[in-house]
Amino acid sequence: MTSPSAATLDPDAPVIELTGARKTYLTGDIEFEALRGIDCRIYPGEYVAIVGPSGSGKSTLMNILGCLDVLTEGSYVLAGEDVSHMNEESLASARNRRIGFVFQQFHLLPSLTAVGNVELPLVYAGVAPAQRRERALAALGRVGLADKARNHPGQLSGGQQQRVAIARALVTEPAIVLADEPTGNLDSRSTADVLGMLDELHSEGSTIVLITHESDVAARAQTVYNVTDGQFVGDSVGIAK
Amino acid sequence: MRTADLLNSSWSAIRSHTMRSLLTMLGIVVGIASVVLTVGLGLGTQKDVSDQIASLGSDLLIVSPGSSTDDSGMRGGFGSAQTLTLTDAEALASTVAVPDAVGVAAEKTSDLSLEYGESNWTTTVTGTSTSWTQVRSRELLYGDFFTEDDVTSAADVIVLGSETADELFGSTAVVGQDVVIDGDAFEVIGVLADAGSSGDTSLDDLAVVPMTTMVETLDDSGASEAVQTIYLKAASSDVLSAASQEAQNLLLNLHGIASVEDADFTIDVQDSLIDAATSVYEQLTILLTGIAALALLVGGIGVMNIMLVSVTERTREIGLRKALGAAPATIRNQFLIEAMILGLSGGAIGVVIGVGLALALPSVLGSTIVISGLALVVSVVVAVGIGAVFGVYPAARAARLAPIDALRDQ
Ligand SMILES: Nc1ncnc2c1ncn2[C@@H]1O[C@H](COP(=O)(O)OP(=O)(O)OP(=O)(O)O)[C@@H](O)[C@H]1O
Ligand SMILES: [Mg+2]
Repeated sequence: MTSPSAATLDPDAPVIELTGARKTYLTGDIEFEALRGIDCRIYPGEYVAIVGPSGSGKSTLMNILGCLDVLTEGSYVLAGEDVSHMNEESLASARNRRIGFVFQQFHLLPSLTAVGNVELPLVYAGVAPAQRRERALAALGRVGLADKARNHPGQLSGGQQQRVAIARALVTEPAIVLADEPTGNLDSRSTADVLGMLDELHSEGSTIVLITHESDVAARAQTVYNVTDGQFVGDSVGIAK
Repeated sequence: MRTADLLNSSWSAIRSHTMRSLLTMLGIVVGIASVVLTVGLGLGTQKDVSDQIASLGSDLLIVSPGSSTDDSGMRGGFGSAQTLTLTDAEALASTVAVPDAVGVAAEKTSDLSLEYGESNWTTTVTGTSTSWTQVRSRELLYGDFFTEDDVTSAADVIVLGSETADELFGSTAVVGQDVVIDGDAFEVIGVLADAGSSGDTSLDDLAVVPMTTMVETLDDSGASEAVQTIYLKAASSDVLSAASQEAQNLLLNLHGIASVEDADFTIDVQDSLIDAATSVYEQLTILLTGIAALALLVGGIGVMNIMLVSVTERTREIGLRKALGAAPATIRNQFLIEAMILGLSGGAIGVVIGVGLALALPSVLGSTIVISGLALVVSVVVAVGIGAVFGVYPAARAARLAPIDALRDQ
């Protein structure tokens, strides 16, 4: 693997650098501008929350940050690499090396065991079986699920499934962990569990971007950006930790 | 992604839907099984035909009395007329009139009962000349064929087919024994080597005597000059039609017939037998190939259909794999390999069933089926190719799915 992990990045250079980011959706003849000029820098080790009402453009922003979609206008530099105009092939590689996703619906493959799911990003990175098994087990250990490695997702609770997903996000040592409403499908106990997990990752040095519409969830982050109608409003709220 | 992981991933996708995968393969299984049978039947028929031709001699002309194109009913049926005579045979033996023939043998036959002690056996007794073994490409297992002296003296000697000898004596080593026909004793001077069968008739159940003996002692038809068949052996298969032409001209002349249409004899070139057999074989092949191609087409469409369903069903999975770093080409290859594995498995099962039927059918149908290893290998390759061809479109669809749309899919 040639990708620089979060630990080797220059701590003074931003991991994420969005400049004048605009995203326009075209539905039939109707154009809709979901992002209307967003500037944002996120530095290594930061824990950022993005909040805003429904339909404000949070998920759109998350797709852009996660290299799942490209900007209509503006530029996006991820870990020193300009991904604004990359083709599908290079975007796939950028996602694999730089991003760890945590989704609201977990998105685990039911046919694979927990450790099999965690291994998946390493499979696409071309890591040899023995090495990826070792790394996947280590990641499962970090989320406290070493004893559930052989369980299939159906044999795990919701909170445990989301922790497997977090292990999968960590296993490549990505530049950022992107979590879109990671607690949206969880009860309060599992929510506390998963948020505690993210706190722990942050304290260990991971860069985390959390998207949520719940203010008490956002309160855990160092920096909170407020999105309304595709724009950041007000100043980012820095919370000393 | 490593190739082994790609194969593994495709294989587990197939394994997780065992029943569906088997049904998907069904068309290919049927198609490949019929390809194996088609090729086997084709090769079998070809073998039968060439065996038959080899047993007859590929440079042989067969002159029969009567016209094969006769539609008047006046001249008597093909083969039963008495328009060919010993004189015709002698004339055909002339190297001046028929320079391209190297041997002539007239046959005068009669079905007679042969006796030896308590046993008796009815067979076709043929009177002919000493050139018979050369013209009919026959060899002797024991003893000798009769000589010119035997012919001149109309000797009571007989040469038996191996089957005839076996039926009468229970053995083929019977040279020196006597068989009795119509109260006359004939000394067995030779036994012919096996020649197999031509169509339904065994070439090994016969008895051969000198033509003079046939005419003077055995024939009671009252038409002593008439012969059933005259065989001409051409110098080589290249001059077969030249020899045929020469023989035809000579016989027309001898019989005082002006036009070929009025000929009272028929000359069969071995070629025409080959043509007839080959055309049957070709029609059979076209028919079976058509069925096989259709089955394979249907099988291919089946694969495409199920693969499209599978892509739709797995939209979310594809989206997730892409989010985790699978490139479009990787996704495309995974589905393509899935389709090829379906083709390979279907092809392998088809080959097994095809070979099973090829082993079982000959005893039921009575036709020869030849299993060729090359055909089996080609069949499996074709099956994999069909999987690949019909997998291209579903695989391309999967590769094109946008990860955000795919992940959103409920
Ligand atoms: N693919 C698309 N095509 C057209 N319009 C879209 C598309 N995706 C999102 N939008 C529109 O862009 C706007 C922002 O959507 P987005 O999903 O980013 O909102 P959100 O902030 O994540 O909302 P929620 O909190 O409900 O998830 C919405 O008005 C939505 O209708
Ligand atoms: Mg959203």
